[in-house]
Amino acid sequence: MSIYRVVTKLVLAAVAGGFAVTVLAGPDEDRQAFVDAYKWKFPDVPFAEYANGVYAIDKIGRENWEAIEEFPPYEIFIDEGRGMWEKSFANGKSYKDCFPDGPGIAHRYPHWDKQQAMVITLPLAINQCLEANGEKPLGYKKGPLVSLLAFMAFESRGQVTNVEIPQDDPGAVAAYEQGKKFYFTRRGQLNFSCATCHLQNTGMQVRTEILSPSVGHTTHWPVYRSKWGTIGTLHRRFSGCNENIRAKSFPAQGEQYRNLEYFLTSLSNGLELNGPGARK
Amino acid sequence: MTKYRKSLASLVGTLTLLTGTILTVPTVNAVDGASNIEKGKAIAFGRTQGNCLTCHVMDNGESPGNLGPPLIAMKARFPDKAKLRAQIWDPTVANPESAMVPFGKHKVLTEEEIDYLVDYIWTL
Ligand code: HEC
Ligand code: HEC
Repeated sequence: MSIYRVVTKLVLAAVAGGFAVTVLAGPDEDRQAFVDAYKWKFPDVPFAEYANGVYAIDKIGRENWEAIEEFPPYEIFIDEGRGMWEKSFANGKSYKDCFPDGPGIAHRYPHWDKQQAMVITLPLAINQCLEANGEKPLGYKKGPLVSLLAFMAFESRGQVTNVEIPQDDPGAVAAYEQGKKFYFTRRGQLNFSCATCHLQNTGMQVRTEILSPSVGHTTHWPVYRSKWGTIGTLHRRFSGCNENIRAKSFPAQGEQYRNLEYFLTSLSNGLELNGPGARK
Repeated sequence: MTKYRKSLASLVGTLTLLTGTILTVPTVNAVDGASNIEKGKAIAFGRTQGNCLTCHVMDNGESPGNLGPPLIAMKARFPDKAKLRAQIWDPTVANPESAMVPFGKHKVLTEEEIDYLVDYIWTL
C-alpha cells in the first residue's frame, strides 16, 4: 500500500467512518500522518524547514527566492499596514482598541469562537473591528486589508502555529471535519482534490511548478506573488487553486474556506510564522 | 462524427473512382490519416485542451511536468488501442486514486478529439 493510501485511509477514516473511528483519528493523529508522509518522501528535510513552503524541497527555486528576500517586495505593504495600525478611526478609536495585545497576534488565528459559533480568522477579526467602530469593511483578497495583515504578520514572526480544536465543542469538531473533507474531496472538471496535488504528489512537477507540502501552507501569509504583482491572502490562493482545476471557487472568508483554513493551519502546528512571504 | 467523416471520405473516394481520377484516392486517405495524428498532437500540446505536458514528458515537448510517467513506447505498453483510449477517457477506472484528468468522462475533450489524440499517442 502506498504511503498516500495509508495517510488517506487514516485521515479519511473520520470522515467516512463511525463513532469509534472518529475517536481514534483526532487532529493530532491527522497532523502526525501528514508529517510522517512528508518525512517518508523527504527524509533529509528538517521539520522547521516546512515553514518555507515549496522552497523546503525545491533547491533551484530556493536560490531565486533567497535573492528576492534580500529586497523583499512586500516591504512597502508592511509600511502601509503600520500606518493603518497607527491611524485612528473616525470615532477616535483604532485597531489597538480591538487588539489590545498588539499587532503580533497572527498565531492566535484561526480559532474557534464559542460565542459566534464559527471559525474566526484574522481578516475576519479585522473587518469585525472596523464594523464595530462604524467603519466600512475591507476587501478580503487584495488591497488595504492585506497591507494590515502584512504588518501584523511581520510583527508575529517567530510565533508558533498552535491551532486548537476543542474536542468538547461539537461545533469546532464539525468545522474541522468539514475543512478536512473539503481538502480530500475531488472537484472541478479536472477532478482534483487538494490532496491530489499537495499530499499524493508533493515534490512532483506540473509543468515547471513543484508541488508543495501542506504542512507549511499557512505559515507565511499574506504572500507577495510575482504572478499577482502584489500581495494577496490565503483565501485568494485557495480560489486560484480551485479555479486552476476548473472548479467553482468559494467566497473569501465564507464558511468553506474558513473551515479549510482551520484544518490546514492545524497541520502546521509547531511551525514558526515567517510572514509575509514571497512566492512565484 | 468520425464515422460519418470516414464514410463521407469513402463515398467521395468511390465517386472519384467512378469518375476515373483513381490516383487521388489513396493520396486523400494518406493525408487524412496524417492530419488526424497532427490534430491529435495539437490537442495533446494545447494548454487549454489536453495539456498532457503538464504531467508527462513526451515527444520533446517543452517544459514538461513529471507527475505522470513519460509517454514512450506506447504501442508496446498498449498493444490494445482501446485500452489506451480507456486510460485517457477515464483513468480512475484502472486506478481509483489516479491523479490524471478523466478527459472523456468529464467532457474536457470531445469523443472526436480523443480519437485524434489516441491516434497520435499511439505513435509515441
Ligand atoms: C492541480 C494541482 C493543484 C491542486 C488541485 C491544488 N493546488 Fe495548491 N498549488 C498548486 C501549485 C502548482 C502551487 C504553487 C507551487 C506550490 O507552492 O505548491 C500551489 C500553491 C498552493 C499554496 C501556496 C503555498 C505557498 O507556500 O505559498 C496553497 C496554500 C495551496 N496551494 C493550497 C491548496 C488547497 C487548499 C487546495 C485545494 C482546495 C489546492 N491547493 C489545490 C497546485 C495545486
Ligand atoms: C495532472 C496530471 C496528468 C495529466 C494532465 C495527464 N496525465 Fe496521463 N497520467 C497521469 C498519471 C499520474 C498517470 C499514471 C497512471 C495513473 O495513475 O492513472 C498517467 C498515465 C497515463 C497513461 C498510461 C501510461 C502507462 O504506461 O501506463 C497514458 C497513456 C496517459 N497518461 C496519457 C495522457 C494523455 C494523452 C494526456 C493528455 C490528454 C494525459 N495523460 C494528461 C497524470 C496526468
